[in-house]
Amino acid sequence: MNLDRRSFRRANQLAVLASAALLLGLAGCQGPFPQSTFSATTELGEDLSGLFWMIFWWGVAVFAVVQVGLIYVMIRFRARPDQPDPAPIHGHTALEIAWTLAPAMIIIFIAVPTIQVIWKEAGTDTANALQVQVIGHQWWWEYRYPEYGIVTANDLHLPQGRPVELQLTSADVIHSFWLPRLAGKRDMILGRTNRLVFTPDSVGEFWGQCAEYCGTSHANMRFRAFVHTPADFDSWVAEQTSAPAAEETLNDLERRGLAAYREVRTPASNSCIACHAIQGVSAGVLGPNLNHMGGRSTVAGGTLENTAENLAAWLRDPAAVKPGSLMPNTGLTESEIAALVAYLQSLR
Amino acid sequence: MEATAATPDSLESSSRLWSWITTTDHKRIGILYGATAFVFLLIGGLEAMLIRWQLMKPDNDFVSAETFSELFTMHGTTMIFLALMPLSAAFFNFIIPLQIGARDVAFPRLNAFSYWVFLLGGLFLNASFLFGAAPDAGWFGYANLTSIQYSPGVNIDFWAMGLQILGIASLAAAFNFIATIINMRAPGMKLMRMPVFTWMAFITQFIIVTAFPVITVALVFLMFDRMFGANFYNPNAGGDLLLWQHLFWLFGHPEVYILILPTMGMVSEILPTFSRKPLFGYPVIVYSGILIGTIGWGVWSHHMFATGIGAAADTYFGAASMLIAIPTGVKIFNWIATMWGGKIRFTTPMLFSIAFIMLFTIGGISGVMHASPPTDLQQTDTYFVVAHLHYVLFGGAFMGIFGAIYYWWPKVFGRLLNERLGKLHFWLAFIGLNLTFFPMHFIGMLGMPRRVYTYSAELGVGGMNLAATIGALTIGFSTLVLVYNIWHTAARGERAGKNPWGAATLEWAMSSPPPVYNFSVIPEVTSRLPLWTVGGMNEIPDVPPEPIHVPGGSYWPVLAALGLVGFFTGALMHSLWVAIAAAVVLAVSVFKWAFEPFEM
Repeated sequence: MNLDRRSFRRANQLAVLASAALLLGLAGCQGPFPQSTFSATTELGEDLSGLFWMIFWWGVAVFAVVQVGLIYVMIRFRARPDQPDPAPIHGHTALEIAWTLAPAMIIIFIAVPTIQVIWKEAGTDTANALQVQVIGHQWWWEYRYPEYGIVTANDLHLPQGRPVELQLTSADVIHSFWLPRLAGKRDMILGRTNRLVFTPDSVGEFWGQCAEYCGTSHANMRFRAFVHTPADFDSWVAEQTSAPAAEETLNDLERRGLAAYREVRTPASNSCIACHAIQGVSAGVLGPNLNHMGGRSTVAGGTLENTAENLAAWLRDPAAVKPGSLMPNTGLTESEIAALVAYLQSLR
Repeated sequence: MEATAATPDSLESSSRLWSWITTTDHKRIGILYGATAFVFLLIGGLEAMLIRWQLMKPDNDFVSAETFSELFTMHGTTMIFLALMPLSAAFFNFIIPLQIGARDVAFPRLNAFSYWVFLLGGLFLNASFLFGAAPDAGWFGYANLTSIQYSPGVNIDFWAMGLQILGIASLAAAFNFIATIINMRAPGMKLMRMPVFTWMAFITQFIIVTAFPVITVALVFLMFDRMFGANFYNPNAGGDLLLWQHLFWLFGHPEVYILILPTMGMVSEILPTFSRKPLFGYPVIVYSGILIGTIGWGVWSHHMFATGIGAAADTYFGAASMLIAIPTGVKIFNWIATMWGGKIRFTTPMLFSIAFIMLFTIGGISGVMHASPPTDLQQTDTYFVVAHLHYVLFGGAFMGIFGAIYYWWPKVFGRLLNERLGKLHFWLAFIGLNLTFFPMHFIGMLGMPRRVYTYSAELGVGGMNLAATIGALTIGFSTLVLVYNIWHTAARGERAGKNPWGAATLEWAMSSPPPVYNFSVIPEVTSRLPLWTVGGMNEIPDVPPEPIHVPGGSYWPVLAALGLVGFFTGALMHSLWVAIAAAVVLAVSVFKWAFEPFEM
């Protein structure tokens, strides 16, 4: 059964790839597609795409009947010279009944599996699940792992093979957590907590993005999920739960960066420590926690690779990278920026 | 005001500005609605062009993120409230009284009031651009992004008050048409003899009078939150963000049927005319329209499957949404059956109507896909939904409207639009819209969310976005062809005569354009297709056998509209005195209007 469903899906994927290839051929080939809904890697994702393909083929059938019917009628019954007026037929009861029942039957074929998936998903067992609190902010993602006491941002790390229960909420406006290849999407709403339960099957890097318009930089609210083998996940946890490097171990440049980080600026809201937390240094809660930020894959809400140049550009003028950014332009000097970049990158 | 004697031609009797400002003639008001809405259509289309230009390639910086938010918010708001609804209203105004054999609508001055409120409301909304404060939270304006905390500027005030103004215009017009259709039908024009356009318009009015109060409540809550510190949408004070979404979609989904049902009616007029066959299954089409309007009230939460409303609600709203496919499918089959065995003439209106069936079917099919809640979890808020809604509202509603423009233009202005230019318009629009919106299905499924001003090249959707942009420019060009056609035929167009298409319904029984009194004698009909039936109606002489008195104009409706919009302007400015002064104008105008002698 499972094998059949998978091979059926293969065929579906071939069909869509063929049509996509046709479009891409017209528009210049690109790929791969890191946020594609066509390449689910979890049971949940496959359930969603399985339903999609089932409805898709019914849709193709209906589409074919209507369009072929229309085209046939247009050719067959086009006006001809000297043709007399057609007979005034007003209707046909049996036909009306037939084409009321036909879509009704199709609807039943679509609705029953739909309802099965809804309730299967709602009843997913979460007893042994890894719980991760995912909190949407304008415009970045906060992840809390209560089991390990980890607080991090933008990169979501998950173990392979263990169920995950994401508890989704927001600190400000409505966001929507969308991780297409693993889990579909759920809205993140202040005052509510939504769940998303799935079991990552494949190790790898997966891309996600906010799907609910959440203000100016909605387009820049992106994230990545990393699924590790259990052993790799354990070492990630160990790394995250260790204290950041002690001040004595920093080199000169990094030490100047730490000083710049600690500096109380005017206005006070321009100080790094007003919003950010680093264990043993500061405890701000408005911005992302920066423990181990040197090890993250991206900066600025998932928009830029975490390189020295990108981090410097971000510190120099946040709003230029992420319009509307709530991190102000703090007026750092170039030497402060260089020192801060070195310090932040040392936090691994 | 004093009654004036009948003149043979409503459009040439008096072209002075004042007579247009004070007019209460349903035909002139229809033309005003149409012309105004067409200008807003061009504005909304321009906004779409700018959106597509920005998304032409990854990481583009043609417009800023802030401007992009304003563009997509105003594009949606404009197309729905300022283009599509009032274009339908233009046809309601001009065509319904003619189709039911009436001399005017039930309340001519209320009709004028509706138009002026619509015009001023549209100007009010677009004036926000002049202040650099165009609405920017999406046409759906989800709380709490619209709160003072997250949207401190007046952008949202423009939007929330603009929509309330437009709601008043729609409500007044809807009550007017309900009263007109119920009370002013000619002898023999039984409900089940009414043309299907009038029937679908009739159903639409009931949806308007029930749906618009809901969004009004939602908007009043929002204004209380923003202006007086109330907490309807403040979760930190016990409010609820989903309250907005429930109220908005309780209005918003019926709104879809407000947009599509009238055009289903238009297509149901055009297909029989050019197939030279009666509409197949007339009663079934009417009943399925009623059914669509009714079920449309029970499906709103299918816009909210990602909000976590629970498995039981998902089950109900998913299944109920799918049910709508049944009456919709029935209509489509009946339209094809109407053409079956006919004598089909491929005129421009017919081409648009056939395209309506083809494209609306595509939008309907993708609609069933995200009526399934689990499937929707991948599709909602992506470009897949953008593709879906544009197949329904552009491939469907606007193609129907374009068909109706070519179909009824000769009745309204007495001259036919040019057919060659019309067919050029059609083919450019048809190709352009498929090139724009078909790739969007893939763009969405491959991972691009809606309402993003930029996207990464790594998503792999740059090429398809370029195709969509080329398609959008093609659509824009096709609209210019229509504009040229209108200009070209204004003086040189072929004279239409009474019934250029050989159609069957009452509006084709009098000269084109219709005289100010519409019918020289009130018709008596004995058939659903009076002009195709021997003895289907009495003879309508070209010259009235006896003088007909038609009501003169009134300036109180336009003053009342000014007072109403002035009141909202005062609220926008937080100026009590402006609001009070405007309220006085409104009150005095309504009072004078009520006691003005006005003969029907």
